[in-house]
Amino acid sequence: MTFSPEFEQRFTEMLTHYPSKRSVLVPTLLYAQDEVGYLSDEAITEIAQRLQLTELDVRNVISYYSMLTTKPRGKYNVQVCTNIACILRGADDLWEHCQKKFGLRHKQTTPDGQFSIEEVECIGACSWAPAMQVNYDFHENLTKDKFDTILDGYKKKA
Amino acid sequence: MPDVNITVDGKKVTAPAGTLLIEACKTVGIEVPAFCYYPGLSLQGACRMCLVKVEKMPKLQTACTTVISEGMAVTTDHEEIHQARKSMVELLLGNHPLDCPVCDAGGECELQDMTFSYGASESKYTEAKNHKEEQQWSPVVFFDRPRCILCYRCVRVCDEAMDVAALGIQNRGSGSVIAPNMGDHLDCEECGMCIDICPVGALTSGAYRYKTRPWEMNHVATACTHCGDGCKTTLGVRRSETGMEIVRGDNRDKSGPNGDFLCVKGRYAFDFANRTDRLTQPLVRRNGKLVPVTWDEALTYVGQKLAEIRSQSGGASMGVIGSNRTTNEENYLLQKFARVVLQTNNIDHQRTADFAAFAAALAGRPDATASAREVFDAPAILLIGNDPTEQHPLLAYQIRNNVRLHKARLYVVNSESVKLRRQATLFSQIPSGSEAAFAAFLAGGDVANGANRDEWNALRDQLRKETGLVIAFGSELRGASIASLNKFALSVQGAKLICLADYANSRGAADMGVYPDLLPGYVPLIQGSKFKAEWGTLPDAAGLTLPGMVDAAKSCKLKALLVVGANPVFRMKLDPATFANSFLVVQDLFLSETAAVADVVLPAASAYEKSGTFTNTYGDVQLVKQAGEITGTKSDFEIIVRIAERMGYDVAKLVPFGSGSRADMGQSRGAQSGEADRHAVWLEAQGLELKMNPFDPTAVFDEIQRLVPGYQVSRLNLMAGNDQHTRLDQNGGGAVGDPALIQPANDGLFSSGSTGRYSKTLNTVMENRNRVEMPKVAAD
Amino acid sequence: MADLVSHPDEIKVVSKRFGQGAADIDRYLALDGYKAAQKALPMTPDAIINEVKTSGLRGRGGAGFPTGMKWSFVPKDSPKQKYILCNGDESEPGTCKDRLILEHDPHSVIEGVMIAGLAVNAESGYIYIRGEYRYLSIIMQKAIKDAYARGFLGKNIFGSGKKFDVYWHGGAGAYEVGEESALMESLEGKRGIPRIKPPFPAVVGLWGSPTVINNVETLASAPHIILDGAQKFADYGTPKNGGVRLFCLSGHVNKPGVYELPLGYSLKKMIYEVGGGIPGGKKIKAVVPGGSSTPVLTADEIDIAMDFDGVAKAGSMLGSGGVVVIDESTCMVRFAQYIMKFYQHESCGWCIPCREGTDWLKKTLDRFHAGGGVKKDINNIQYLAENMMGRTFCPLGDAAAMPTISIVTKFRKEFEDHLEGRPCPYDPVGSVRLLPVLSH
Repeated sequence: MTFSPEFEQRFTEMLTHYPSKRSVLVPTLLYAQDEVGYLSDEAITEIAQRLQLTELDVRNVISYYSMLTTKPRGKYNVQVCTNIACILRGADDLWEHCQKKFGLRHKQTTPDGQFSIEEVECIGACSWAPAMQVNYDFHENLTKDKFDTILDGYKKKA
Repeated sequence: MPDVNITVDGKKVTAPAGTLLIEACKTVGIEVPAFCYYPGLSLQGACRMCLVKVEKMPKLQTACTTVISEGMAVTTDHEEIHQARKSMVELLLGNHPLDCPVCDAGGECELQDMTFSYGASESKYTEAKNHKEEQQWSPVVFFDRPRCILCYRCVRVCDEAMDVAALGIQNRGSGSVIAPNMGDHLDCEECGMCIDICPVGALTSGAYRYKTRPWEMNHVATACTHCGDGCKTTLGVRRSETGMEIVRGDNRDKSGPNGDFLCVKGRYAFDFANRTDRLTQPLVRRNGKLVPVTWDEALTYVGQKLAEIRSQSGGASMGVIGSNRTTNEENYLLQKFARVVLQTNNIDHQRTADFAAFAAALAGRPDATASAREVFDAPAILLIGNDPTEQHPLLAYQIRNNVRLHKARLYVVNSESVKLRRQATLFSQIPSGSEAAFAAFLAGGDVANGANRDEWNALRDQLRKETGLVIAFGSELRGASIASLNKFALSVQGAKLICLADYANSRGAADMGVYPDLLPGYVPLIQGSKFKAEWGTLPDAAGLTLPGMVDAAKSCKLKALLVVGANPVFRMKLDPATFANSFLVVQDLFLSETAAVADVVLPAASAYEKSGTFTNTYGDVQLVKQAGEITGTKSDFEIIVRIAERMGYDVAKLVPFGSGSRADMGQSRGAQSGEADRHAVWLEAQGLELKMNPFDPTAVFDEIQRLVPGYQVSRLNLMAGNDQHTRLDQNGGGAVGDPALIQPANDGLFSSGSTGRYSKTLNTVMENRNRVEMPKVAAD
Repeated sequence: MADLVSHPDEIKVVSKRFGQGAADIDRYLALDGYKAAQKALPMTPDAIINEVKTSGLRGRGGAGFPTGMKWSFVPKDSPKQKYILCNGDESEPGTCKDRLILEHDPHSVIEGVMIAGLAVNAESGYIYIRGEYRYLSIIMQKAIKDAYARGFLGKNIFGSGKKFDVYWHGGAGAYEVGEESALMESLEGKRGIPRIKPPFPAVVGLWGSPTVINNVETLASAPHIILDGAQKFADYGTPKNGGVRLFCLSGHVNKPGVYELPLGYSLKKMIYEVGGGIPGGKKIKAVVPGGSSTPVLTADEIDIAMDFDGVAKAGSMLGSGGVVVIDESTCMVRFAQYIMKFYQHESCGWCIPCREGTDWLKKTLDRFHAGGGVKKDINNIQYLAENMMGRTFCPLGDAAAMPTISIVTKFRKEFEDHLEGRPCPYDPVGSVRLLPVLSH
């Protein structure tokens, strides 16, 4: 399978950073996921071969990290933090609001494949709680209204 | 390593520096419990069962990861420790299904034992247990996830000990699960080590599951009947309608050269013995058809016929084909029968390695062969030809783990990119058929073709620097090449050799003189005065080889042929009509291709149903113990004796029974009832037990020990179930024959051997492998 | 991205370049950037280590191990390659300070890594940033590239003839990877399972080589110590608790944010003055002093000095600097439940007590808060947590057990108030939402 030139460039460069090939695995998986949308069987086979690992080994690693997924998900993954600092500032209401808004449950995707929602643990935005990430973008000091405005922005992009 | 002194529960313990606390405790009889710790596998510290108190340490420490240090004071028995272990068991039982009454592991379960020891009887949880359906990963591997306690033994044994790495750990936290390499099934060597090592019933065997309760079995320690490696195996045996059924194969006491190890055949392919199409009644050809007759009829007929042919056409018109899977005693008896009863040297077997040339090459160096155990400790190993992973799984296991645990250097020279190259310090891939050239090169020759020149030179230089090198070679090397290799071995300090042959007792057949030109111990016929002194006159001229007998049969010169535990029609791809003009008698377990064209077929007992000894390809002799009997069969030993008797021969001359001492066997009941058994063991070990009937193999073993050079091993050790390395003790003997006589079978792990083809489990595994596309893994 | 705050009591050391555009290398240089590294270059490794020891700097990741001592553990005679590993896997709930350093002052981290490298004769360093912080990875990658371009990194750093490389590395979501040996496993491309210790990373670390591993803030402190003098840094704080540190105020405070305050600063003052008090003038019920792993303090336990020893005296830990304030309206059972939800999610699953213990605690707390609790559950929660304490493979088990034990002992009455199917008396809305838990 083919990845983007940027991926290839980064991959090639990263290999020079470590004394062992395998060390590039975790960031490589995340970048591959960013391109494909998830870690497809094809992507796993490709990465395993490049790093001379078994596919089992790669899957063992993938299944360990919470950001990595072997199942397709929405173009925009809405990750609402429900850890303590966020909960104290209303994250459970926000998460409920999020579920209702999309009509989805944890880790489900809209039928059009645009949005997935996910309840996540601490994302390091405790002092700006409640917070969420849409893909890698942080959105903080949220209220339901602010949440709606932000999501509307993504909907327009979708 | 200098010694370190510690105290454990007030006891003084001295152990070498670097010893793990858990092992040091064992030396003074203090058992520290553990699920994840397993000797020889990497450390985990995961189960937290081995927590102990170490003085000056604030927290409890894991004994499995703590290395002892001078003055360490350890407590293993304390309320805090007991509570810690109890809570671990409680946590495990929280999700563990309590289906012990039907679980295969019930009665042999480490979690049950720990629960018994630490008394986690109170159920603390209200929530339902996590349930997952059982999965089948291969015909022989089943996985019951809720039972799994995540000790990771299976993952490690597969990866570290087997170098297969077919099992992984997926997800994390309470979702962690053992996963097979192909998503929902396994692509592996099907060795079953994962099942054997599982402390609970999470991994169970397709061949054994739900068949019995462990305490309903008799456990019989014997030798495996498949390849030439001679793994010790414990058979779990139950009574059945046919007499007995073998339900399980493992290596319970781990006392054999194989330790934990068994391969797919050793673990599962014993089931050929259980087949319902085993021959259980003698068959005699009448009007062109084989019909069942009584043993008495069949034996009388065979005896009369053979006696008649012997008096009419002479011994030279008769032939005997011996077996690679009958016992040493049977092989010895068979060649003695041929020579003294039939009066012929026309005796041979399917030779899968050139042991005769090996014996000739090593003449005068009786201790130049390496045992299976030595392979695990050798500082360096050279492997020429063969693919041990497929053909000698124990050898591969020993090499692999020697490299892993002892950092041995492995040199592999092979025409294929065999799997052991992964452990090799140096791997030289050579053109197929150039193994002999390589041996000649090692002996001091030069390389004609330049391709491998530098590599070979470097390799030879490096090998010469080794001490204690073990050289194992496959049947690619025969005749003069073995002599070359031996010449090279002489130039390496302490080098020892291993000649690799295919079947369970190929080495035994060779050692016992199932040759037309060699007596037991590779003694040439003309040097056989020692044997003549005991046996009387013997035919002097060398007899016909196996192909020679086939040719004689074709030209109607072979009037009679006795085939014991062999199948030449199948193996040599013969026209079934080849033996149409010979009186053909076949002793076998099944109606094989050869048996089907015989005049008389005699149902033989398998190696699980008789006693005696096997010698593996390394020359280690081991006890074969009878696990039970199948009604209607007789051991080849008994059949041969009975044929001799029907031919009018004095069987006391054939089998020196009745010798040994007379002894008071003691009481067999009451308070002293064990006395008789203990007494019998001692007598047996001294070679003094009563051999009260002519079917007692130990009577022949006495003769073997007396007459066959190299077999003067400790009888006591042998009887106690330990493998004993024989010496290849022959001065100027052996023979370098026609290399074409060597016909290896080259069976792999899954291809059928002589008996493996009758194993239902092995066939199921093979069919499954053929059905499922097996992609190459990236790491291979 | 994240809003910056300030308070007059702050002593800005690590945060002094925040909001000044110091991610740009020229701006960083204008703000005394890379002077410390150049000052350290001619110093002997021992001299650097002594400076750090004098500064009293203790690990800012949570455990508070003296940094200078950690550096001194690296065997000097080892022929192996040595590595510096910067732990930017900030994931401790309540903690969001490394994020600001990496965003506003990435070069100070690079410089800190270099100084650590000079202290132990390492030639390369890795900066591991958690996967969620993608934007910080981009900032860091650019900073590294710029530093190479200027010759600050590479084969001949600052023309000294010495070699030093710094690389960025990214995670992919795992709290456990914040544990130092699990971080090394992750960097080596494996599952983030901690390693058996000993050997410690200083002797056997990345790829079997001696490795110094420090938190982002710890390493970012090093340039200031070298440049401004160790004693000056030490004097900011209290004896044995040198310096200032970033405190992340969150939860029920009017002015949450990341404040750099001297060690030993009063917790009460921090909440009421720096943090502007509790919204709505409510009372405090409890305070998490140093990230979710630390035992909670009750309202009458907060009159303490925020340094390692001061918090320890109160029976908790200074931890990672995450101060989470909980007001009187909060249900502590629910709080315990959310803490356990986190640890259950993040347990690596390697050892029995953590894997099974967090799972059972979560299940029990879920049911309990939803009104399905029975009396023996309260003792059982405590029993489970106490039996995890000190017995797990790595500190995650303790991290899950400690807050739980503190909540169940200090707020036992709140547990009792939930008994016998009563809906949560503190949060009727929330408990109704959770009731479906009972149905399966």
